[in-house]
Amino acid sequence: MKPFDFVQPRTVDEALAAWEPGAAWLGGGTNLVDLMKTGAVQPAKLIDITRLPGLDTIETRADGATRIGALVSNADLADDPGFARSFPMVAEALLSGASGQLRNVATVAGNIMQSPRDAFYRELDPPSDPLSGGASLAVLGTGGRFAAVNPSDFAVPLVALDAVVEVRGPGGAREIALADLHLPPGDAPGNSTALRPGELILALRLPAAAAGFAAHSRYLKVRDRTSFAFATASAAASLRIEGGRIAEARLALGAVAPRPWRVAEAEALLAGRAIDADLFAEAAEVALSGAVAVGGNGWKIELARRTAARALAMAAAGTPARMPALPASPFAPQAGDLIHA
Amino acid sequence: MPDTLAHPVRFGSNAGQPVTRRDGIAKVTGTATFTADNSPENLLHAVYVPATIARGRVTHLDVAAAEAHPGVTMVMTPGNRPALQGDPSAKPTMFSFRIEVLQDDSVRYAGQPIALVLGETLEAATEGARLLNPRYAAEPARTRIDDDEAAPVEPGGFGRPAGVEHGDVAAGHAAATKAIDVTYETSAQYHNAMETHAVVAQWEGDKLSLDVPSQALLMSCAGYAYFFGIPAENVTIRAPYLGGGFGSKAIPTGPQVLAILAAKETGRPVKLMLTRQQMFGPVGHRGATRQRLRLGIDDGAALTVIDHEGLAATSSFDDFVEPAANASQGLYAAGALRSAHRAVRLDVGTPGPMRAPGEASGSAALECAMDEMAEAAGIDPLEFRLRNYAETEPGTGKPYSSKALRECYMQGAERFGWSGRPLLPRQMKDENGLLTGWGMGTALFPCPMFAADARATLRSDGSALVETSAIDMGQGAWTALAQIAADSLGLPLDMVEFRAGHSSLPDGGVAGGSGHTATAGGALHAAGGDVIRQLGEIAAADPESPLHGAGNAAFSARDGRLYVDGDDSRSDSFADILARAGSAELVGNGSASRAPEDAEKFSMHSHGAVFAEVKVDPDLCQVRVTRMVGAFAAGRIINPKLAESQLLGGMIWGISFALHEEAKHDPRTGRIVNADFAGYHVPVNADVTGLEVLTVHEDDPYVNALGIKGVGEIGIVGSVGAIANAIWHATGHRIRRFPIRIEDLLTA
Repeated sequence: MKPFDFVQPRTVDEALAAWEPGAAWLGGGTNLVDLMKTGAVQPAKLIDITRLPGLDTIETRADGATRIGALVSNADLADDPGFARSFPMVAEALLSGASGQLRNVATVAGNIMQSPRDAFYRELDPPSDPLSGGASLAVLGTGGRFAAVNPSDFAVPLVALDAVVEVRGPGGAREIALADLHLPPGDAPGNSTALRPGELILALRLPAAAAGFAAHSRYLKVRDRTSFAFATASAAASLRIEGGRIAEARLALGAVAPRPWRVAEAEALLAGRAIDADLFAEAAEVALSGAVAVGGNGWKIELARRTAARALAMAAAGTPARMPALPASPFAPQAGDLIHA
Repeated sequence: MPDTLAHPVRFGSNAGQPVTRRDGIAKVTGTATFTADNSPENLLHAVYVPATIARGRVTHLDVAAAEAHPGVTMVMTPGNRPALQGDPSAKPTMFSFRIEVLQDDSVRYAGQPIALVLGETLEAATEGARLLNPRYAAEPARTRIDDDEAAPVEPGGFGRPAGVEHGDVAAGHAAATKAIDVTYETSAQYHNAMETHAVVAQWEGDKLSLDVPSQALLMSCAGYAYFFGIPAENVTIRAPYLGGGFGSKAIPTGPQVLAILAAKETGRPVKLMLTRQQMFGPVGHRGATRQRLRLGIDDGAALTVIDHEGLAATSSFDDFVEPAANASQGLYAAGALRSAHRAVRLDVGTPGPMRAPGEASGSAALECAMDEMAEAAGIDPLEFRLRNYAETEPGTGKPYSSKALRECYMQGAERFGWSGRPLLPRQMKDENGLLTGWGMGTALFPCPMFAADARATLRSDGSALVETSAIDMGQGAWTALAQIAADSLGLPLDMVEFRAGHSSLPDGGVAGGSGHTATAGGALHAAGGDVIRQLGEIAAADPESPLHGAGNAAFSARDGRLYVDGDDSRSDSFADILARAGSAELVGNGSASRAPEDAEKFSMHSHGAVFAEVKVDPDLCQVRVTRMVGAFAAGRIINPKLAESQLLGGMIWGISFALHEEAKHDPRTGRIVNADFAGYHVPVNADVTGLEVLTVHEDDPYVNALGIKGVGEIGIVGSVGAIANAIWHATGHRIRRFPIRIEDLLTA
């Protein structure tokens, strides 16, 4: 491992001052340390931000928005009863990610900043052409380039719910819509973000309106292994249902694009319509309409389509009162009481 | 099952009791000392550089940069590597492979060691290795089974399976009124024991002390001694605990030999431990296979032929060929049998034996083919197997030493509830709409024995010390062998001190082939018997003993006393016999191996039947094994708790083989791109539900003195096919490639 400097600032100001080109923020370290061990990233300096005060709380602001400190652990957020009740599909997505041990350590800001997991993009000399198979190669949002899918589950429901990222950096504080955080792939493989050099995420924020979907809100994750595996396809679906019709819909897909992939066209199609399985199939069709197979992964497009349709149907059926034992899995029990029923 | 029964409450013998593993507390509290836990004074750390291409030459290493790094003490490359006395391409012991120890600048697979760096700290050595920054002249990598011409295998020697043919195969094909011709593929798998390969080496003159995880201590001593030109008795190995072996830790590997060489060169102790990523290369794996099976039946659904051809991937420089096709020998009563093997040379590390070598891959294909044949015949897969039940070994006509497979079928099917199974696929759904299917497979595994020695010492206080260089790699040898030893001496378990895991002890043989309990246990049994025999002679000759003059009667030993058989009124305690004889101790020796005449006369195998239920989402195609019942007949079970654990572990590996494990190569570089546990998947707890093991009673008077057949490997055999067949039964799709993935079912 390449030697590096290690600093532990006690305030956000100190942390920002410690940043220099080549430095990396260290939160839970569950992604960064792995990448350092393989040599895929080689920071000259680690700035341990885990001691910064005030970044580990979940609060409801006066305007009804929910603000999640950057250092809140994945486990703590998923297990917060108020949060899970208001944003059940976010909790479901969190609990479907990684393992219990990792969720205890990993931070929410680190989760949305994960690097792609495809091994090709973690090597020192990444390739310029894809493999056959391509389970982790993006089929949407690549601009014709080859790119690994964004690996985060958590970011998928967040982007569907209009989450905002609060950052501070050398240029001061600003906000970035989560939908704009991950940039389209450039010449270099792997993903980059809209964060400017030296900027640090302080919090994630969900607007008050996001809680309006709690009664019909699901995250579905499909993968070969039942747990501790990245998604092959996933979908976050939320419906606001009034008088038996869909008043408003949110739909985002995971593991298909270099960013969490929100599909406004499908949402628009769903709005105002009566609940019906054909409608969900139609919406899913629209959601994947621009998809392009890469390296023989056309099956992934079909799987994403089916996953989206199923997630919508599950959301329409209602949010379970109790999160199932295996969150977000097709094998989770379907029956049971619903919340807000 | 209950925990260890507290002394002195025992019911009969020690063997047969579900004794909790005696090393369990040491392991869960972290006090068990594994190889890499040893850090002698003045230690140097070794880190090797793995090649990042799969074929070509190393053209440059930045040795100066590595040497300039603080804490780096030595950089070993092909240019300065000290001489070895032995030839790295030689195979000094059974199970040996050619090793890669910086012989030259060639690269023959990704992950091959191309340099070794020593440092005062692990961090310094690691960074030194990184700074070497190799450059290569690379050639195209061959990593797919189609990437090169296949060549016939020349049989002979370890890992080069012979083809086998019995009966008239052409006539068998011709006689078939129904036939199938199917091809199955299995993927490359890597053992990945929890404890990665490691060594701590210390030289004193020409004497070498090693901490090294080894499944065969004395054999490994001979192997290391060969490379360094010293007598085998100059090598001492300590290996009290292994964090798993699975066949990959039987022999010296290149990285370990390099670390020992570095210790010799520097005169300091050297430690090397492979990273998880480094496990994918120089320490063996299960090679990929492609298997063609042609089966035929007559109008009565009797097999006229099983014709099994295996194509296996091996390395470009050694010969191990997965003997998959041989799994079709000895199981079903076909009129004609043929097994043939060919190999493809690829730019991969040399494969080797991995839990149920041959049988695991071969059975996966065979049991699926049997299911396809049953489907073609229009009969239940269990009924089909019963109609083709072999009462004697097919081909040879040899009787089985014992074979309770029919009971395995019946008890397993009963427990599973097989009788209600619809014949056609895609007939069952659960309450959530998930497709549900049931499949089965037969398990077969040979029961080899190796040779082993043991020593038992009865002490004046009536307690005993028993010793053999047996190996506990997690399977429970510390416990099961101690149970056998205690019984052989007629002592409670806690009166026996059991020493193993050190090469200075009598040779405990190889912990492999599912034969360790039988082999080392047989030696312990004989050693204890030798002590009791001597004790009987002393007592019978002692006028003060109640046993005086009973020299013609048989004695039995129980609870530290010797009894005249059939007359409990005449007995004498071990301690009293020794005290009157003025002996501080009494030493007995024993050894074990199979009687050649029995080996010649009988076919000796463990058997089993595995039944599996899967559920498959009809749209999303995700598969989950929801239930498995495995019924196994494996001779005498010494410790039911540990045996169940072994069999469950094997069945879980079956899930892994069927649904998860696959090393994926980047076709451009030849590197394995999922060389860690995030990418190389094995089942997690959520994938393992509803597993159940039944052990079927079996007395085998021929297999060995103790009637033990072994349970180490058979659990994986049969399980893979059972799961694939259940997936067909759920979905109607035959996926003829392992692991079976979502995309296979989605596009079927």
